[in-house]
Order: sequence, then structure tokens, then C-alpha cells
Amino acid sequence: MTAGHPSQALLDRYATEVDLPPDALWAVEVHLDGCAACRARLADAAVDHAPSVGELVDQVWAEVAPVVRAEPPVRRRRWPVLSRWAAPASLPWLLTSVLVPFVAMAMDLIAATLPVDPGRPSVLLLVAPVVPVLGVATSWSRRLDPAHELVGSAPRAGLGMVLRRTLVVLLVVLPPLAVAGVVVGTAPALWLLPSLVVVTGTLTLGAYVGVGPAAVLATVGWVAAVVAPSLVWDGFPAVLGPDTTPVWAVCAVLATIAFVLSRHAFRHPVSYR
Amino acid sequence: MIRTVSAGETAPTTYAWPVQARGLRVRAGRRFAVDGLDLRLGFGVHGLLGPNGAGKTTLIRALATVARPASGHLELLGQAVDSGGDLREVRRGLGYLPQEFGHYRWYTVREFVEYVAWLREVPARDVPDAVQRAIDRVDLTSRAGSTLRSLSGGMLRRVGLAQAVVGDPTLLLLDEPTVGLDPEQRARALELLRDLGRDTCVVVATHVVDDVAAACTDVVLLDAGRVAFHGPVAGLTAAGTGGADPEVGGGVLERGYAALLRRHRDREGSK
Repeated sequence: MTAGHPSQALLDRYATEVDLPPDALWAVEVHLDGCAACRARLADAAVDHAPSVGELVDQVWAEVAPVVRAEPPVRRRRWPVLSRWAAPASLPWLLTSVLVPFVAMAMDLIAATLPVDPGRPSVLLLVAPVVPVLGVATSWSRRLDPAHELVGSAPRAGLGMVLRRTLVVLLVVLPPLAVAGVVVGTAPALWLLPSLVVVTGTLTLGAYVGVGPAAVLATVGWVAAVVAPSLVWDGFPAVLGPDTTPVWAVCAVLATIAFVLSRHAFRHPVSYR
Repeated sequence: MIRTVSAGETAPTTYAWPVQARGLRVRAGRRFAVDGLDLRLGFGVHGLLGPNGAGKTTLIRALATVARPASGHLELLGQAVDSGGDLREVRRGLGYLPQEFGHYRWYTVREFVEYVAWLREVPARDVPDAVQRAIDRVDLTSRAGSTLRSLSGGMLRRVGLAQAVVGDPTLLLLDEPTVGLDPEQRARALELLRDLGRDTCVVVATHVVDDVAAACTDVVLLDAGRVAFHGPVAGLTAAGTGGADPEVGGGVLERGYAALLRRHRDREGSK
């Protein structure tokens, strides 16, 4: 045994249980417990020297096999990665925020056929900065998640989860916005920066009042301050003019800094409303 | 099913009580549902009893770090959580079955428990085993592939239990775990609780006094956000057998429950 593995002769004796002192029996048994190679050698030895053991094994296997094979196959997860990155209940909201740009695009196309003021702002441009916020609301909001008690009490809850869900929302929402913008003829440069500022601002505010309420506040605020006035008075909103880009860039930097400073708040229940 | 025990699991704890609260006040809406509560819970199964609105669910939510204490001191697994400490570390040791067990209807049982295991940061290579063990413990092995929407209310409750115990949390918070279970399953669930109580601090909020007697090592009786009685189940029985009260029906335990509540209210009223 000191050499490591029991000799073939010893295994043969073990298989037939003939003339084997108890201490050797135990030693072989302990070794077999931990050594798959010797178990395989024992199986061969049993076939050669102890046909009764082979019969017994076959008999047991015949009884066990139906049960073992009847075990249902483990189904693979259908959405292995998706649920780690997107909020599981967010699909309806994401679809809505994908639809909004196309609705706005349709309104613009219809308006273009009507004899109205050519200086009139595009509806798509007006709503584009807040469309991503609709999706961001789903990423970290109690009301939109049926399992919010579980999510809110999990160690995974926090900045990392908010960020990866927000990233998914942006990846889903921005391409349709860009496509609709190309169709209408709105330069992405005009709305991309404002929409990122609004998203970052919403998340920062959300760290203290809850991302859901912050998204509502941002949307209502934007509609009241920008969309409604320019639709009512048919004026191009000053905040979306081409010369405001530097201002928006400064805002983006400030919002990002504020967001980084408030990053720890996402672990607390206050941010999850 | 055999599982490797890590060094961390056998290491001695560095805290005396998994749950320790001093003067805890927690808001539910505008009022304080938990109002100046002092409590220390060790390992074992603790039954949380009390009339409707006594603050059981709010206390459980505070222990689950979902509701933030308004004032007072709350320490879970040796970490203070009232002043915004490291919640992440505490939450790794938490298992939680909320009163309203919200779930994703189109997930299968296994997918849902896997998702919770991921949320709970169970190491990825342990997830399949931990999930299977949790599902086996609540007798849902044969339904592991069914979607949650196809399950009955009692089965959903058992999925809730499975997701709470996945990953072997040290502090297990169960809000009415036996609601909707048939008698056989209820007995199995209580057996599971007793089993868990050997190395876990289990807090069970319930309305069923019999559940407490069957599964709990001690009773915490809440009234108006404070602890009216905290002691072994025998204390409840003793209070029930003390004075025969013709007004209150039910068994010894119900009578004990009523007597202890009345005693507490008299004491509070005379202050």
C-alpha cells in the first residue's frame, strides 16, 4: 500500500473476498473510495474472477436504470444573460419607449404635408431628450418590478445593477431614436447630448428621491418647460439650438460628477422607489 | 446531497446576536409601525406574533434592509445598518420571503430561484447545486421546470421559501411562510424551519399561534410597535394555563397570547 495503489493480486482477492485479512480489506476499501483508476481495475477484476458480483451489478442496474433515465433533463435558462442586464419586468416599458420616437416621427411626417409654418420645431426633436428616461425609469423603480422586495434586499442592488440596466436601456432606445431622426431629418447632435444629460440628471436626483419619481419629475419638467411652449407658440426651443451644445457639454460633465458623488446612495432603499 | 463546507462557514461569528435592536423606530407611511423596539435574537427559530398592525411586517422589512429605520440602533450580523453602513455585506447573509411575494410569472421555478441566487451573489459555480437543494427542500423537484404562472398559491409560497433559503443565509426572514399551504405541506414547511433553526437565525412573522408552538424556539409578541413578550414558547403556554378566561376561546396557546397581550396593555396603560 505504501507504493500507492494495491497490486492486481490484492484487488483480485478483494473482488473474490477469499483469504483477505480484515486490515488489508479495510486498507483496500479506503483506497478504492478515493481512487477512480483502482475502482476501474476492480471492475475488471470482478468480471474476470467473481461472476456473481457482475450478475448482482447488472441486476441492480436493471432496477435502477428506469428511475435514473426518467429524471427530467435540466432545461437550460432561456434568457441566460438578459435577466442579468435588463430588469425582468421592463419589457412593456422598453417597447413603449421604442414606439414613442416612431409616433413622433409619424406626427412630423404628417405635419410636413400640411401647410404650416416651416420654422416649426420637429416633435421628434422635442421629445427625444426625455425618451430614454422612460426606459431608465424601469431600470430602478419599485413600482415597475413585481419582485421589488427581493431585488431591494439583495446584495446585488446598487450602482452596478443600475448602471448595467441603464446601459441596456440606452442600447435599446437610442437606435430607434436615431433612425427616426434620420427619416425626419433631425441631426442626432442636437438631441443626443441633452438626452444623456437628462438621463444622468435623473439618476443623480433618483439617488435621493427614488429613480421612479425622478424620472416622472424630469419628464413632466421637460414637457412643461420645453415641449409645451414651443408647440403652443410654434417656436424653436432655445435650449435645443445648435449653439447650445457647449452649454449641454458643461451640463453633462457636471451631471456626471454629481452622479459619481452620489453613487453610494443606490444601495439604500431611498433610491429604489 | 453532499456539499463542501467552506472555512467561512465554520469560523466563529464575531457578534453575539444576529439581530440586535435598541429603541428602533421604523415608519410605515406616516405613522411609526415599529416604535421604540428593543430586541435581541440569537440563532434558532423566532416566532413573531401580534395583532394586525402591530408592526410585524414593518419590523421584518427593516430587518431585510428594505425599510430604513427612522431612529434607534439596528445591528444585523454584527453590522450596524441604521446609519448607512455596508449593506452589501449584511445582505449577502440575508434570506427574505416578503408578505407579498412578487415574482415574474413567465419564469420557471428553477429560473426564478437561480435569478434570486444571482441577486444574492451566490458564487456562480455553487448556483446549480444551491438551487437544486433549495427546490428539493420545499418539495418542488417535480415542478422545477413549470412556469410560476402555472403554480397554485401554496406552491408559489413554497417557491418563496425556496428562494429565501437558497445560498444558506445566516439570517432568514419569513413573513407568513405557511399561508395557503395544505396541512401536509404546512407540516413539511415547519419541519424545514426547525431544521434551518439549528444554524440560522430564522424570524417568522405569523398569525397562526400553532405554527409558533410547532416550529419555534421562542416567541416575540409585538403590540403597537413594541415587544410585549419575549421568551420561550413555554411562557406562552404558562400564561394560557394560569387563569381560565371564559371570554377567550381556543386552545391554551391562544389564551396565553391574549393574556400576555392584556398584561402588556395594562402595564403600558398604568405608566
